[in-house]
Amino acid sequence: MTYIEKTVTALKEKFGDAIEQVAVFRGETTAWVKKEVVVEVLRFLKESPDLRYTFLADLTAYDDWPEEPRFKVAYQLREMTGPVNFRVTCAVHGDDAELPTATGVHLNANWHEREVFDMFGIKFVGHPDLRRILMPADWGGHPLRKDYPLGYEEVEFTFNFDEIEKKKPYAKE
Amino acid sequence: MGLEQKLGNMGVVTTTLETAVNWGRTNAMWPMLFGLACCAIEMISTVMPNNDLSRFGMELMRASPRQSDLMIVAGRVSRKMAPVLRRLYDQMPDPKWVIAMGDCAACGGVFNNYAIVQGVDEVVPVDVYVAGCPPRPEALMHGILTLHEKVKKEKIKDWA
Amino acid sequence: MTAEAEHQLLEATVDELKHLFSPRAETGETMVLNMGPQHPSTHGVLRLIVELDGEIIVNAVPDIGYLHTGVEKNMEAKTFLKALVMTDRLDYLNTMGNNLVYCLAIEKLMDVHVPPRAQTIRVILAELQRIASHLVWLGTHSADIASQSVLFYCFRERERIMDICEMVSGQRMMTSYIRPGGLWRDVPAGFEEAVRDFLNYLPAKLDDYEALLSRNPIWLDRTQGIGVIDGETALAWGITGPSLRGSGVNFDVRKAMPYGGYEQYEFDVPLGQNGDVYDRYLCRMQEFRQSIRIIDQALGKLPKGLVMTDNRKVAPPPRSELGTSMEALIHHFKLWTEGFSAPKGEVYVATESPRGELGVFLAGNGGPRPHRVHFRTPSFVNLQALPLMSKDHFVADVVGIIGSIDIVLGDVDR
Repeated sequence: MTYIEKTVTALKEKFGDAIEQVAVFRGETTAWVKKEVVVEVLRFLKESPDLRYTFLADLTAYDDWPEEPRFKVAYQLREMTGPVNFRVTCAVHGDDAELPTATGVHLNANWHEREVFDMFGIKFVGHPDLRRILMPADWGGHPLRKDYPLGYEEVEFTFNFDEIEKKKPYAKE
Repeated sequence: MGLEQKLGNMGVVTTTLETAVNWGRTNAMWPMLFGLACCAIEMISTVMPNNDLSRFGMELMRASPRQSDLMIVAGRVSRKMAPVLRRLYDQMPDPKWVIAMGDCAACGGVFNNYAIVQGVDEVVPVDVYVAGCPPRPEALMHGILTLHEKVKKEKIKDWA
Repeated sequence: MTAEAEHQLLEATVDELKHLFSPRAETGETMVLNMGPQHPSTHGVLRLIVELDGEIIVNAVPDIGYLHTGVEKNMEAKTFLKALVMTDRLDYLNTMGNNLVYCLAIEKLMDVHVPPRAQTIRVILAELQRIASHLVWLGTHSADIASQSVLFYCFRERERIMDICEMVSGQRMMTSYIRPGGLWRDVPAGFEEAVRDFLNYLPAKLDDYEALLSRNPIWLDRTQGIGVIDGETALAWGITGPSLRGSGVNFDVRKAMPYGGYEQYEFDVPLGQNGDVYDRYLCRMQEFRQSIRIIDQALGKLPKGLVMTDNRKVAPPPRSELGTSMEALIHHFKLWTEGFSAPKGEVYVATESPRGELGVFLAGNGGPRPHRVHFRTPSFVNLQALPLMSKDHFVADVVGIIGSIDIVLGDVDR
C-alpha cells in the first residue's frame, strides 16, 4: 500500500463522513473535508506516529463566486522523508466565513491565515493576531474576492485623453 | 568679456550668476536612496563600476532625505507606500528634483490594478520620466543627464 | 493624502499594535522605534517596529505590504501567456526561476510534455539566475556588515550574467524567456561559449571573496552566534532554502522532489551546523560552486532538437509555417486571440529558488484565464521567523540577520 493510500484509509477510518471526497488529479491527492473538523484532521496527520505530515507548505484559498459554497481553503501538507505531498481542502460558505485557526498545529500558518483574512475576509477563530497584512490597515473590502473589482484605470487614447486627464489627481508642489 | 582681457592671465573667468549656480547644482546632485523594487537593482547597477555614475558626482546615495537633492523613484509605488513617499518628498530641502524611473513609477507600468498608484506624479511632481521595465543603466544615465540639461536652463526668477 | 487622514492612519496602527509589545513598553522602560520602510539596510521596503531595551531588542515586529502589487488578482484577468509577464516581477532577482515555476505548473495542469533541449536550457538559465541572485545577496549582505568592496565586485560579475540573459532574450532582467511548453526561441550561436567563459572566470573570483570574508575577524565577530535557529524550530516555522540548510536539515527541492530534469545531474547539498548567520553564509558560498557544477554538466549533455513542444493547442507554430499551412494559421489565431483553455482542477508545483521553496498553486476553471494563481514565496514564510531570530540581539545585528535570511520584498508582498 502506498503512503497516500495508507493516509486516505487512516483518515476515512478516523473521521468517517467528515471526509467528503478524495480526488486525484495529475498525480496529486486532495481530501475534501468538512470545515468543522479540518484542524483535527491536520493535527491527526501531523501527530499520528505512522503519518508524519509535519510540514505545512502552503495555506491558500480561492473564490468560486457566485457558486456556493464560495470559498475553498487548501492546506498543502508534506511528509518530509519521502517526501509525500497531500492536500486537504475545505469549503466555506460566504455568509458564514469562519474557520478554526491552524496555528496551534502548524506555527507557520500565522501569516498565511492573516493573508487569507486580508484577501478573502475569512476569519480564523483563535488566531493570536488577526489583522491585515498586505493592504493598509484602514482598507475596505477584500481584494481577491471575485466580486471585488480589479480597480484598473482606463487606457488613455487620443479620443478619451482629455476626459481622463481631467479626472486624474496630479500632485501639487 | 572686456574685464578678462584687461586682467590678462590671472586665472579669472566671468560668467552669469545663473550659470554658476546651475553648474554647482548639477555637478554634485546627491540622490536619495529610494529603490523600491526591480528598478532599484538597475539603479544599483548604474552606480557600480560597469556603468559608473560617480563620474557625474552622484555615487553617494544618501539615506537621509534631509541631505539629498534628487529623489529617483525606482520601482512600483503601492497605495500603502504613497503617504510615505509624499512625506519623504516633503522632508527634502529645496532645491529638489524627482526622476520617475521605470514604467511603474511613470504610469503604473504592467500593473493596472487596485494596489499600485498609476504613475507617481499623482503623489509628487516629477521632472524627468525614464521609460523601461527596468530601464537599462544607460537609459537611467540619459535621464539624469536630461535632468542636468533642464537644471542648466533654469532662470533666476525660478529660484530667487 | 491630506495631513489629517495620514495622521489618523498612524493612530489606528499604534493602538492596534499594543498587544504585540511587552508591558514594559507602556511604562516607558523600553522604547518602541520604527525602522521605517525607507532604510538603507532593509533590502527594500520592509518596516520593522522594534521594541528596544537600550540597544537590545525585546521584540521586532515586521510590517509588510509596502510593495503589494496585486499580482495574483491581476493574473486572473489575463490569459495564461499574458500573465507570464507578471511573474518576472515578483522575485526580481530570480526572474527566470519565477517564469519556470509558473510554466511548470501550467504544463502539469495541461499535461504538456517539454522537449529535452528546452529542459536542459531551462536548468542552465535557472542555475545562472541562482548565481546572480547569490551575488546580489553576497554584495548587499557584506555591504551591510563589513565591506563595501565586495558589493562592487559582485555586481561586476553579475553584469556578465546580464549579458548572457540579454543575448538569449533581448532583456537584461525581465526576460519572460521561459514560456509554457518550452522556451520562446532557441539560444543563439555563441551562447555555449559565453556560458563556458563565465564558468571558467567565476571560481577564481569566488576564492577571492572567500579569502576576504570567511576568516576575517570582523566578519566572524559579527556573524557567528547571531540569529541562531535550530532545525526543528525552522521546520516548524516553514523555513526552507539555505536558511534551513544552515541549521543542518537536509531538504532541497531539487533533490527531494526533482523537476525539469534535475535528477540527471550530480551535485551536493551543503549543510551547516549551528544555524547562525555564518553557517548560512557558508552554505550559500558552497551553493555557488554546486551551481557551477550543474551548469557544466548540463552544457556537456545539451541535446539537439526542438525547444518548444509541438502540441499546437498550447504552443504557437514557428512563423515559417504560417505562410504554407492552414492549420498553423488557425492555431496561431486561436492562441493569440483566445488563448489555450485549462481543465478544471488544481495543481501545486514546488521549485528551489535561491531563497527557498518557491511554489505555485494553480487552479483552472475550463477557461483561458487562470481561476486562481497563488505563489508560495519563500521570503514571506522565512520572514515570520525574524522576531524569533533577533530576540536579545543588538539593533546592528538585525541588519545582518535580515541579510542572511535573504529576503526580497517583491517576493514577500507580491
